[in-house]
Amino acid sequence: MKHVIRFGILVLLTVGTTGVVLAGDHRYPAPNPTVKAECGSCHIAYPPQLLPAHSWRALMAGLDKHFGTDASLDPQTAATITAFLEQNAGRKRSLSASSELRISETRWFVHEHDEVPAYVWKSPKVKSPSNCTACHSNAEHGDFSERSVRIPR
Amino acid sequence: MRRSPIFPLAAVAAFSITASAAAETPADFQRLFETAARQERAGFAGFSAQRGAAFFKSTHGREWSCASCHTINPTATGRHAKTDKPITPLAPAANAERFTRADKVEKWFRRNCNDVLGRTCTASEKGDVLVYLMSLGK
Repeated sequence: MKHVIRFGILVLLTVGTTGVVLAGDHRYPAPNPTVKAECGSCHIAYPPQLLPAHSWRALMAGLDKHFGTDASLDPQTAATITAFLEQNAGRKRSLSASSELRISETRWFVHEHDEVPAYVWKSPKVKSPSNCTACHSNAEHGDFSERSVRIPR
Repeated sequence: MRRSPIFPLAAVAAFSITASAAAETPADFQRLFETAARQERAGFAGFSAQRGAAFFKSTHGREWSCASCHTINPTATGRHAKTDKPITPLAPAANAERFTRADKVEKWFRRNCNDVLGRTCTASEKGDVLVYLMSLGK
């Protein structure tokens, strides 16, 4: 409910200024097959709406050192994915990421998760804030709605 | 980014072009690595599943081994060491999709050798690991 109200306020504040808001029910469209296959092989294919275009560009330029692993791609595939990320990137200021480009460090993410107790983040079943599916049971399909949240025990 | 020795890459590229119509098999990749291994070292005397197993389980003086994600039993489902995402089994006997596409084989050896060893793998090393994986679950 809180999120519904929050979304309502968000709409009032932003519609007519930017014309673009995040999906209020936290559902995102399915990515294209290349993005799903490539980004989704080590983690879920995170919704492109969750980082701004400049962050995605920086991230795609450093795939050989991608958060401690080599996620390098052939140039053609990388170009396809970069174009998709840019076209669908988020535009809210609260999405600006730290220099490390982690979605989980954006102001938006921290705010959305401010009710999550510390023990949940420390759970071995969660392991990392990047592990969306640990709690968002349907995140693979772009569904981050509160209804689908299952905190692991 | 580190680059593979030119020959194995070129061989993979040529192979993927000539064989693109049909799905490759693990045995096709074994032959490909054999050709490349002979080019690497004149005294090449064949691959060893035993050497491959040791290579697979070793951290090579660094943080991760192949088994960190693929587990010490490559016929089982693994988990990504960082993200925890499940990884389908690596041994062809347990997962028929493994070692059937040149682009995937090239991509994952390139990435994972860099992550585990901090360098590209030699054709010898790749061949040893492949024959080890092919020896499992039979």
